[in-house]
Amino acid sequence: MHSRGAVHRWRDVRYSPDELMTVAAARCVSSEDVCFVGIGLPSAACNLARLTHAPRITLIYESGTIGARPAVLPLSIGDGELCSTALTTVSVPEFFRYWLQSGRITVGFLGGAQIDRFANLNTTVVGTYDAPSVRLPGGGGAPEMAAQCQQIFIVMPQSRRAFVERLDFLTTRGHGAGGDERQRMGLRTSGPVKVITDLCVMEPDHESRELTVTSLHPSVTRDQVQSATGWSLRFAADVPETAPPTDEELAVLRQLRLETENAHKAKEPA
Amino acid sequence: MSVFRSLQDAIADAVHDGNIVAMEGFTHLIPFAAAHEVIRQGRRDLTLVRMTPDLIYDQLIGAGCAAKLVFSWGGNPGVGSLHRLRDAVEHGWPRPLALEEYSHAALATAYDAGAARLPFAAFRGSPGDLARVNPNYRSVVCPFTGQVLTAIPAMRADVAVVHAQRADRDGNVLIEGIVGVQKEVVLGATRSIVTVEEVVDSFEGGSPNACVIPHWAVGAIVVVPGGAFPSYAYGYYQRDNAFYLAWDAISRDRDSFRAWIDEHVMRAGPDAFARRGTQVA
Repeated sequence: MHSRGAVHRWRDVRYSPDELMTVAAARCVSSEDVCFVGIGLPSAACNLARLTHAPRITLIYESGTIGARPAVLPLSIGDGELCSTALTTVSVPEFFRYWLQSGRITVGFLGGAQIDRFANLNTTVVGTYDAPSVRLPGGGGAPEMAAQCQQIFIVMPQSRRAFVERLDFLTTRGHGAGGDERQRMGLRTSGPVKVITDLCVMEPDHESRELTVTSLHPSVTRDQVQSATGWSLRFAADVPETAPPTDEELAVLRQLRLETENAHKAKEPA
Repeated sequence: MSVFRSLQDAIADAVHDGNIVAMEGFTHLIPFAAAHEVIRQGRRDLTLVRMTPDLIYDQLIGAGCAAKLVFSWGGNPGVGSLHRLRDAVEHGWPRPLALEEYSHAALATAYDAGAARLPFAAFRGSPGDLARVNPNYRSVVCPFTGQVLTAIPAMRADVAVVHAQRADRDGNVLIEGIVGVQKEVVLGATRSIVTVEEVVDSFEGGSPNACVIPHWAVGAIVVVPGGAFPSYAYGYYQRDNAFYLAWDAISRDRDSFRAWIDEHVMRAGPDAFARRGTQVA
């Protein structure tokens, strides 16, 4: 798609790990997708996609705003910006019953405090449920998203604290104990198909569904990825380098973030 | 049959110690002014129900009003933790807080069943460890297809509290924008309080599909301009995102939280919201 010379030029471009993750996530979606969008990096990624290669993408926030086209990124999933730019706004029960549970949403993005080798997620507690050392926000829309969106992309920074051998709490089922567990539970959707971190991209193995490293970000080594992971990692037979962000992607993302920061900092005039 | 009341009287009559109280509004139209009146009146042992506890329940929990929280996502949206909620769960301050936890799809569906006065809600779910810690997660077999579905009890509160844009002179209620579970929580509850931005002669000229709750399905109506601040009222004022960011520091520390409650709740009244609302309009 890009010439070799152009790749060398991009290597000189400075970008943050967060920007690389956001761009990699944005590239997962197309104009044909109907996306369940969460706040934070997923919202930035989906709107970056909308402003670059996927102008006709449908973005749905769980506040019931369908087809939102926010000019700045919302701080919450219910900012007025989402409602005033949406094609329609439905009630929250309608959103979860008619639109999510029916299987009409093609893509969802998730993250979490902990993930295991089968892409199950914990967003509930660190420690035990009854006496947690850290009480996290909880499941929100995630458990049913993972069950009912056609595909799930997980985006989160990689560290031993987050990529753990065993979750403290299973909030959101990815591939469960692996293999065909999803099918056996009656789930007809794909579940997590990609995990994008600040070091690499992983995809579930075709048979075991265990996460396998399928690309390394520029200048990241296998040892670095392994030492940021709490289990013994598998690598695909061929592990290419993740394509870095293009100048255009970075410019659009930075402009979006700048406008967002200005909008949330100041109280806007009437 | 709806009756126009003062905020003080409406809360005193409807919200009693030990009640199940659901103050809803999905990011939008969060009834902060009513919650502050509950804090001022010193209600105790409440079971607070809300999909997203948000700052409103962080304040009620930190002020010691709650014995139990029923919820599905307990963070400060886009910012981080609810520190008063965490302090109650992690350290029992100012008192221990029991949790009854769901996912959004579960609780939204439970409100829907409550409005329909059905005994339970069924949905296709995959509750994970939530089913282990919340015994209300059960299953039910579809009598027609044999499919196994997740079942949870309908959610019906003793008191529903919501904020809306307008009431007309007859006490009908108009809600526009992100409607959340406003209608469901009011229709499912035994008693209800609706705070509104203003009273108008009629709703003529608006969309025939705007969410109207008829006066005969509403309890008390209270006019509180700005009553959803620092959340927002679509068409009136915007969400004060800067305050949601500032709450992180205010609420992180017990003393600064208490000082904030003292100044902005205990030594203030509902009319303070009118000024706050117009600041961001």
